[in-house]
Amino acid sequence: MTTPSETAVEAQVEDLQVKASFWQSAKRMARKQPVGVAGLMVVILMIIAAIFAPVLTPYDPVINSYEYILTPPGEGFLLGTDQFGRDIFTRILYGARTALFVGFVAAAVGSISGLVLGVGSAYFGGIVDLVLQRVMDVFMAFPLIILALAVVAILGTGTQNVIIAITIPFIPQCARVVRSNALAIREIPYVDAARALGFGHMRIILRHMAPNVMAPFLILFTAFVGQAILLEASLSYLGLGVQEPTPAWGLMLQGGAEEYAESAPWVAIWPGIAISLAVFGFNLFGDAVRDTLDPRLRSR
Amino acid sequence: MSKYILKRVVLMIPTLLGAGILVFFLMRLIPGDICELRYVATGFAVDQEQIDICRKNIGIDRPVIIQFADFMFGFFTFDPGPSMWTDKPVMEEIGLRFQLSLQVAIMATIVATIIAIPLGAISAIKQDTWLDYAVRLFSIAGIAIPSFWLGIMIILGLLIITQEVTGIPWMPPIQYKPIWEDPIHNLSQLIWPAVATGYRYSAVATRMTRSALLEVLREDYIRTARAKGLIEKVVINRHALKNAMLPVVTIIGIEFAFLMGGLVVTEQVFNLNGLGKLFVDSVTNHDYTMVQSLVMLVVLIFVVVNFLIDLCYAWLDPRIRYS
Repeated sequence: MTTPSETAVEAQVEDLQVKASFWQSAKRMARKQPVGVAGLMVVILMIIAAIFAPVLTPYDPVINSYEYILTPPGEGFLLGTDQFGRDIFTRILYGARTALFVGFVAAAVGSISGLVLGVGSAYFGGIVDLVLQRVMDVFMAFPLIILALAVVAILGTGTQNVIIAITIPFIPQCARVVRSNALAIREIPYVDAARALGFGHMRIILRHMAPNVMAPFLILFTAFVGQAILLEASLSYLGLGVQEPTPAWGLMLQGGAEEYAESAPWVAIWPGIAISLAVFGFNLFGDAVRDTLDPRLRSR
Repeated sequence: MSKYILKRVVLMIPTLLGAGILVFFLMRLIPGDICELRYVATGFAVDQEQIDICRKNIGIDRPVIIQFADFMFGFFTFDPGPSMWTDKPVMEEIGLRFQLSLQVAIMATIVATIIAIPLGAISAIKQDTWLDYAVRLFSIAGIAIPSFWLGIMIILGLLIITQEVTGIPWMPPIQYKPIWEDPIHNLSQLIWPAVATGYRYSAVATRMTRSALLEVLREDYIRTARAKGLIEKVVINRHALKNAMLPVVTIIGIEFAFLMGGLVVTEQVFNLNGLGKLFVDSVTNHDYTMVQSLVMLVVLIFVVVNFLIDLCYAWLDPRIRYS
């Protein structure tokens, strides 16, 4: 807990240090948000795993090798092999690519669409706002997984369709939060000033209002990446997401994992740890971003 | 108050109607229909005439707008008609599974509440100690760990532990029996999915309890309570926790509404024949009536729970009523 005066001094100090070097600010963040930095470490680790997967492992993630089926962890295979003889460690490394790709694309598309819709809804108000809000209500009432299931049933399985299925539910969630923030901003005189200057709607929305709702937007974005990774894993587990032989964590838990649970528990254990760790990392990092950007939530 | 209730009830209608339109057209966008699926499944040469007869029998050859009116009429009279796949009344098919899903949902809520409120309270009272950090880690982990994986781990754990202790690996029973027929059998089957979903569900509630309680603990009346010499236990239980419960109850309510739909994955792991499984099966079978009814049921539960929460708020806080 900090007293108001302390916070004010801190804010001044922060202003003075804006030009401080990258390392200094990183150090300061590490001191203030140790847990957030731990989350960031996990995220960076994941990105490294995704980029350098071919260097980090000698095996191929896709080719089956029947002579090594269900080899226990140890010699040669760090985390053992699955029911097709593929090295689990290798598939986890390559799986990070799928997870990050789905996570970032779904979060970016979902939150940006939500941003535009939310700000637009608040800016135009009246009937536009009312109709948009009712549509958002409908999507919010639909359980995420059911919406995703329906989208996959229509478009078919595969990485791209999974991204679409995951993105759609994010849009109303983001739009709603952004709208409530944008409503307050609309009342600030500079928006009136921009309108008086004769700027177009699009320009006012994108240049004047959107940048001022960046804090909730970024908070939602980081939360969405974690959620998207989890949703992709769930859909792939149900057989509705990414398809074999693409390495994906949820997919690795499908079928084989339960069947061989007793004789080869490593097949079920490691991909789940990978999913949990990744989502954990993004959540911790997201919390730190929220605490930094939203002073009201500080020290809670 | 009655004016407020009326306004809220009227606002529910567009959401339900919108959800109806959405699911109706979503289902019809899925390539193929139930008749094609049926005759392709038999493996014989597909006879166009037979497919046409089948479509006529089921009624999906009628104009879309009439089908939609039929669906809406069925929804508002609580009689959606027979399932396209099994021909049994939809209400009967849902009724068979509703019991199981509802029981898991309620048990998961109980598990979540038992975990969330004490942990959240401890975390807030001991703010910034190792205990607080441990609770926060535990609750963030609850959001991060996929409940289906936790389910697999629970089954795996049960197998290994029973193997070690008794020598015979034990698995939860697969056949469902209602709790009033065989409570031990019933609980030994359903407690595991309830724990797997309940832990995840508790995570949000724990965080909410913690932050709500922290906020309340800074209020003047807490200082007053302490100043007049009340022991800390009374201050926390009587004065602080009670006032911090409102947002927690809201979160538990909202999550409960989502739980009914979110059981899809858990039921898959534990091989339970509940609403989630029925939903997945019905989507694959192109059973329009069944999917529409299930979605409307879930949306209805969601809307009603939200309505009740708003009602509680309005009842507790007069400012909302008059705005």
